[in-house]
Amino acid sequence: MSIALPFRRKLKGEPWGIYLLLTIMAIIVGLPLYLMTINAFKPLEELLLWPPRYYVMNPTLEHFTDLLLATNASLVPFSRYVFNSLFIASIVVTASVLTACMCAYPLAKSKAPGVKLLFNLIVAALMFSSLVTAIPRFLIISGLGMIDTYWALTLPVVASSFYTFFMRQFFEAQPSEILDAGRIDGAGEWQLFWKLVMPLAKPAWATLTIMAWQGAWNDEASAIMFTRSEAMKTLPLAIQTIFSGAGIARLGAGAAAALLTTAPTVIIFIFLQKRVIATMAHAGIKG
Amino acid sequence: MATQVISRPTKRPKKSLSARWADTWFQMKKNKSAYFFMAPFTIIFFTFTVLPVLAGIFLSFTYFNVLQPPRWIGWSNYSLLFLEDDVFLKAVRNTMVYAVVTGPVSFFLQLFLAWLINSLRYRVGFTLAFYAPSVTSGLAMGMIWRVFFATDMYGYLNYALIRLGVIYEPIAWLEDVDTMMPIVIIVSLWMSMSVGFLTFLAALQNMDPELYEAGKVDGVRTRFQEFWYITLPCMKPQLLFGSIMAVVRSFEVSSVATALTGLPSPMYATHTIVSHMQDYAFIRFEMGYASAISVVLFVTMFGLSRILFRLLRS
Repeated sequence: MSIALPFRRKLKGEPWGIYLLLTIMAIIVGLPLYLMTINAFKPLEELLLWPPRYYVMNPTLEHFTDLLLATNASLVPFSRYVFNSLFIASIVVTASVLTACMCAYPLAKSKAPGVKLLFNLIVAALMFSSLVTAIPRFLIISGLGMIDTYWALTLPVVASSFYTFFMRQFFEAQPSEILDAGRIDGAGEWQLFWKLVMPLAKPAWATLTIMAWQGAWNDEASAIMFTRSEAMKTLPLAIQTIFSGAGIARLGAGAAAALLTTAPTVIIFIFLQKRVIATMAHAGIKG
Repeated sequence: MATQVISRPTKRPKKSLSARWADTWFQMKKNKSAYFFMAPFTIIFFTFTVLPVLAGIFLSFTYFNVLQPPRWIGWSNYSLLFLEDDVFLKAVRNTMVYAVVTGPVSFFLQLFLAWLINSLRYRVGFTLAFYAPSVTSGLAMGMIWRVFFATDMYGYLNYALIRLGVIYEPIAWLEDVDTMMPIVIIVSLWMSMSVGFLTFLAALQNMDPELYEAGKVDGVRTRFQEFWYITLPCMKPQLLFGSIMAVVRSFEVSSVATALTGLPSPMYATHTIVSHMQDYAFIRFEMGYASAISVVLFVTMFGLSRILFRLLRS
């Protein structure tokens, strides 16, 4: 077989062609994010420059202070939105990771009646987007009187079929012998779970924590549907309402807002990337 | 039940129904801690995922405007939807375009990029560059791309094209019926290197090097052969997961469309089944009709995922 195939394995040296190709692609993909970042630090005169510049001459923080002032002019202080976002994200992350781990453990290791059925339902739930159930979910939440409360923004997103599925696949791959040994030593299931299962699964739930953070922090859909009052709005939603229809004058502040909401997730990922990727292979579905 | 046992004596005699129930009950009591562990998730999962699916199917056969109780009207919503609602048919067509383009393209792009990245020693920067767009919030995404495709000459794309002499007048990218759709597709592809991409990278990283050694002995010569005959079969579970995620996400393109072109979009050019549902549910409050739309959506998504399941099961 001597067809011209794209990449011959070279035993020595790095594949420079691939580096070049990926660098070009990375620049194209990264350009919008780069422009957003520099726009956040450009003073107004530089934003108005035409043609636009691809660098900042006099970086400024005025857009960030603008953002604070613009939101301060509304009825609710800026800190309230920040609090809402942080509070909701931390509740959702903790609760969803915890319920996922707890549920995944028997899903992987127990033969109790109904376990298999529940797992099949979870796999089925992976196959459609939560958009499909938006209407009844909305009706259920308003029926429960949860509209405009923290409950509506946290409870429905706690049970994530993906998180539970992921943890179940991870536990499934772990050997059962340790558990049996623990049972012989007289440990109850509750003890086994906290003393053996969870410590061993730390890489997996650490990954899940990051994914859950990304999901919760970026969850604008819940906030749009279930909040009515200004005081319940989350940071992204509040900023969006203030800056909707943003013209060139608000370009800088808009970029600053976008940067503020994107940066935390990206920074977390930078630090934990290796760990995330090490465990993600467990997301596979064995048909 | 009993007659069956008598007529087929060769089969393992079945326990009577009550005995089986007793057996199940015994198993359940023995494993009661399992139910305790599963309870929190299961309760919330049933309330906000399983029950809504069933309720949605029920509501799709009713007229329901939130103020009055739902009134049963049989198949009317569906016949209205498929026979008279031209906008819906347009939405179906657009959705098909998105699903056919963004689904497969994002899937293969994720796989291809993961494969390229995996062959390098320095991966961290590339992984981050391709993954980062998928974690930008909808707000940030809108902010970024609206500047890019802005209608006036301050729009970066218009500026660049005029400068290069490709066009003479700025183009209203996000209002022009012909350009809206491709732009929505491009932006959603830009954001699509997500969970599936990470899963592929992980699967490639976890490949057993001995398999490649064995492959060499068996006559695998090129990297492409290696990929086709060894890597792909080994990562089937991850491929299945990634493909299902790609399908589900291709239907969520509507959120990108709404962020960039508004709801409803000009001339319904980027209208999708999801936008149609949101339009009827949360703007017109025709919940019954909107439920029929979401049932159609559910059947389509679920059906496609089941097909992938059949194709890729190991």
